[in-house]
Amino acid sequence: MIKRAYAALAAMICLLFATGSYADQPRPWETGMQQAATGNMHQIRWFEAYTLWFIIPITLLVLILLLVVMVKFRASKNPVPSKTSHNTLIEVIWTIGPVLILLFLAIPSFNLLTDQLTFPEKIDVTVKATATQWQWNYEYEGSGTSPLAFDSFMLKEPDRAAAGKEDKSKYPRLLAVDNEMVVPVGKNVRVLVTAAPTDVIHSFAMPAFGVRIDAIPGRLNETWFNADREGLYYGQCSELCGKDHSFMPIAIRVVSDDQYKQWLAAAATDLNKANKALMAAVDQPTTVKVAENTAK
Amino acid sequence: MAGSKAHDDHSHDLHDAHAHDDHHAHKQSFADRWLFSTNHKDIGTLYLIFAIFAGVIGFLLSVAIRMELQEPGIQIFSGLASMVYGFSGDAAIDGGKQMYNVFVTAHALIMIFFMVMPAMIGGFANWMVPINMRAPGMTLHKMPLFAWSVLITAFLLLLSLPVLAGAITMVLTDRNFGTTFFAPEGGGDPLLYQHLFWFFGHPEVYILILPGFGMISHIISTFSRKPIFGYLGMAYAMVAIGAVGFVVWAHHMYVTGLSLDTQRYFVFATMVIAVPTGVKVFSWIATMWGGSIQFRTPMIWALGFIFLFTLGGVTGVQLANAGLDRELHATYFVVAHFHYVLSLGAVFAIFAAWYYWFPKMTGYMYNERIGNWHFWITFVGVNMVFFPQHFLGRAGMPRRYIDYPDAYAGWNFVSSIGSYVAAVGLCFFFWGVIDAFVKKRVAGNNPWGDGATTLEWQLSSPPPHHQWEELPRIK
Repeated sequence: MIKRAYAALAAMICLLFATGSYADQPRPWETGMQQAATGNMHQIRWFEAYTLWFIIPITLLVLILLLVVMVKFRASKNPVPSKTSHNTLIEVIWTIGPVLILLFLAIPSFNLLTDQLTFPEKIDVTVKATATQWQWNYEYEGSGTSPLAFDSFMLKEPDRAAAGKEDKSKYPRLLAVDNEMVVPVGKNVRVLVTAAPTDVIHSFAMPAFGVRIDAIPGRLNETWFNADREGLYYGQCSELCGKDHSFMPIAIRVVSDDQYKQWLAAAATDLNKANKALMAAVDQPTTVKVAENTAK
Repeated sequence: MAGSKAHDDHSHDLHDAHAHDDHHAHKQSFADRWLFSTNHKDIGTLYLIFAIFAGVIGFLLSVAIRMELQEPGIQIFSGLASMVYGFSGDAAIDGGKQMYNVFVTAHALIMIFFMVMPAMIGGFANWMVPINMRAPGMTLHKMPLFAWSVLITAFLLLLSLPVLAGAITMVLTDRNFGTTFFAPEGGGDPLLYQHLFWFFGHPEVYILILPGFGMISHIISTFSRKPIFGYLGMAYAMVAIGAVGFVVWAHHMYVTGLSLDTQRYFVFATMVIAVPTGVKVFSWIATMWGGSIQFRTPMIWALGFIFLFTLGGVTGVQLANAGLDRELHATYFVVAHFHYVLSLGAVFAIFAAWYYWFPKMTGYMYNERIGNWHFWITFVGVNMVFFPQHFLGRAGMPRRYIDYPDAYAGWNFVSSIGSYVAAVGLCFFFWGVIDAFVKKRVAGNNPWGDGATTLEWQLSSPPPHHQWEELPRIK
């Protein structure tokens, strides 16, 4: 099956590019995309590398042809210009050639698009993300009579100590939040995305998941992901939404199913306590090891 | 450069016409000529002066943006806000954030509507198209490619601007008079605005680049001393780009929640545009192939244009794929892409055309050495600004951010330094202009030789107030 072949290719590409580091957030002097944490993102990374196999040679071809004409046909080398102004064959070739290249790009592109927008039949967790100027609100579906809902603000620098988030490598400036969205690993998570009715458009983005969808007042958009390894992932609002557009990050904590269930039950009564307990649990060294094994 | 005897006779006629014209122009007061202009060349000149002023303002706005982004944190705009509004402390930071957004938007609007469009359409097109049209024998298929490009651009403007006019009128009434065309609380839809905006906005990007295509064709042909390769293909490639450009608008909206089928269609339609664009790039190279190339300043800018526009074009092919755009949408990758086709595409075309037609429009020759320095410094500068932005976008840095996570600091610093290099390049542009007007080197009717075949090169430099008292004949 084509899809499986892509998955295998994607895995190979990931092995090639994997640096082994914890890469769910941007890294200094990065030139490539963030490490994939979902199947869709593996596919995006594979497709991006695939397109480079076409566009880099095309750009180099143009560059080389330019250099050739500059050297071969400079006035000092070629004082008498030719009078050629037509060649039907070559014109047909450089019309048909790009069409073929585009076909080669289009087939995996359409597969990727279809996979992204085709929701899995079984949804395990549904979270509604509502954007307001300038924070996110996450509401969990089906958790008792009053569903769990909380705001997620960017972590302010003075609040680091109280939140136990002093480690800037784990909780970077402008990316860390007070309350992360928590989801279980290996489960199909659907995110319903909207903005407050009288607010402006925002956009929910999670680069490591290959997810980006606008949060539009009066509309309910949806996206989905299935995170394949545990960890803390960061994204940022991706539609200009006013003064604090740069300051409403999105943080998703992917944990084991057990940890998720414990957190969900505890968060219903005391979110702060539940978050602290979860942080204590995931920061244990054993858990980190498991995450690294999964990444390989 | 004199050709046949007939050509000499022709020049003689023109000389007479010029003499007569001087007499005529002499009677015109400064106010009559420049405030109540009715002459296409004077109007073109005014547009070019306007574009230069606006371009400097738009450029300074971008330098302010790059200064702010040179390192993490908010430094420049908080200071600006306290200077302009007298804010201090947190109010200055908040005011700075607001000002930053204003600067970003103003930079875009000024560069598009007050710099590129006035320079290409108001300036060069007003100047050169009337000289090249409606002569006896000038049929559609003999029309120079620049005239073709402006004809197509005019259709794009005609069909797209009314849609923008409708959209912004509705925004105006929404914001001031209580209507709710785009406000969901009154049954409106914010996405309707995006569809209307991009129905204008996508043809607009071809409005910005098509005249550039035309000008580059003239320059490549002139300095290769060869007729343009595949003339009809070049003309109809522009027609195709213009036509298909109208049916690809929602590729700007892949992440707004469009249905799968809608996204599939727009992926397909968008990729189609790569075909006529490829025809143009390859035809330019084929024009040079076998030519006798002179590396005058306009030609160097044109060569830079072809390479950098290709680079911006291929990242456009990547972004056309909705599945990949999902990851790169609204990141600096998009900023890099559209600056490669506009800042390094359209603007390089404008500078190429400036050096190409400067001797014709002013009668003075620019200094080749200054023009070369202008090119190379600008080339290094703008590539330093925009190439690293591909990396920032791939790593996930969103557009229109006043502050960014510290991991993005490295490439942002490089990008900002590039902006200062480009500023030095701009100084060379002005030095070149001042030098030409001070030194007053006489350019002559046609400084480019037999490769320059369009009609403006048969006129004196600058052309008489009323040219073609005896109509040229197109064979």
